[in-house]
Amino acid sequence: MHDIIVVGGGPAGMTAAIYARRASRSVLVLEAVACGGQILNTPDIENYPIEAHVSGYDFTTRVEAQARGLGAEFAFEKAVGLRRGGDAWVVETNKGGHRAKAVILATGAANRKLGLPDEDRLVGRGVSYCATCDGNFYRNKTVAVVGGGNTALEDALYLADLAEKVYLIHRRDGFRGEETNVARLRERPNVEFVLNATVSRLVAEKRLTAVEVTDVRDGSVRTIELRGLFVAVGRIPENQNFSSVIALDAAGYAIAGEDCHTAAPGVFVAGDNRVKPLRQLVTATADGAMAATEAVKFINEL
Amino acid sequence: MLAVTKETFESEVLKSDKPVLADFNAGWCGPCKAMKPVLEELAAATPGVKFVSIDIDDQDELSDDYDVASIPCLVLFKGGEEVKRHVGLTSRDDIVALISE
Repeated sequence: MHDIIVVGGGPAGMTAAIYARRASRSVLVLEAVACGGQILNTPDIENYPIEAHVSGYDFTTRVEAQARGLGAEFAFEKAVGLRRGGDAWVVETNKGGHRAKAVILATGAANRKLGLPDEDRLVGRGVSYCATCDGNFYRNKTVAVVGGGNTALEDALYLADLAEKVYLIHRRDGFRGEETNVARLRERPNVEFVLNATVSRLVAEKRLTAVEVTDVRDGSVRTIELRGLFVAVGRIPENQNFSSVIALDAAGYAIAGEDCHTAAPGVFVAGDNRVKPLRQLVTATADGAMAATEAVKFINEL
Repeated sequence: MLAVTKETFESEVLKSDKPVLADFNAGWCGPCKAMKPVLEELAAATPGVKFVSIDIDDQDELSDDYDVASIPCLVLFKGGEEVKRHVGLTSRDDIVALISE
């Protein structure tokens, strides 16, 4: 049995492992795919204190090395459940189970999908969730961005510099994102706003060739021929597998305060899957430190 | 992993007598770099499959030919034909499953 199991090898989870090891507690980090999480997609981090420019990949490899150097163990397994087993918590994974006195859920968040038929098959064949990752493939092509928040607006601005034409599709009249971004988009001659509309169908053979958009006011359907569709309709916290143990809000975020305590004694939550006003690298690592410190305190009082 | 170009693609991939796992990647792509050690380890441990690397910035014709529009993108070739692909950051287990096809 480990003292602490951290579920998720992103910035929050790896920072939790560092703090747990520095408190001389044994720690196992369970990571489903590869350490890093969402920050791997960031080519240049400019707002994390100490260095003006570091790539998400370099950040991840250095933090992972720091955690391993302190004695944190890593296993590449996907956590699928959490339950009490005797006097311990049991994290069930796709390869079995692991026991610990305390668990820190640092599972992060995933891109929200549109939920349309063929969407999964077309990822990498016209459908993308990351404009800065995939934008280069659409140089001088026609693309669309779906969404109304800052991510959608910034994606559209980024793509407007590369693509021949950018449609911005949003289900409402107004945007949640910053007005300055909207104003900058309105000045771009190659950006067309498609408002009060939702994407209702992906038209594809081998790859995406068009989308059908439905006007939410009168139900009329319009077909837009394009090469790429960039989906920026928010993120989904990865808490689904633990919802029997921890309380979630309406959007699926784990309800926990700044001390990272959940309603379940010995279960803590850190990073983007927690209810919080700002989701950034620095707030994720801060959560990791807090959750590990509270987990150590919890174990000391057992 | 062998780097493949437009010039060597036919001989190294299409005419390979072994199945080929082609890793479309780029130096600026974090998830690609995160997968690299796993691919190198599997390449060394799986002599029955040839692992090759294709830099999409240098080899944009190859990416166009194979409709690669997001990386990392792993494409499995057998007998000159694409038989399977996986787009996005992929776990070790899923790469093993892909090359076990």
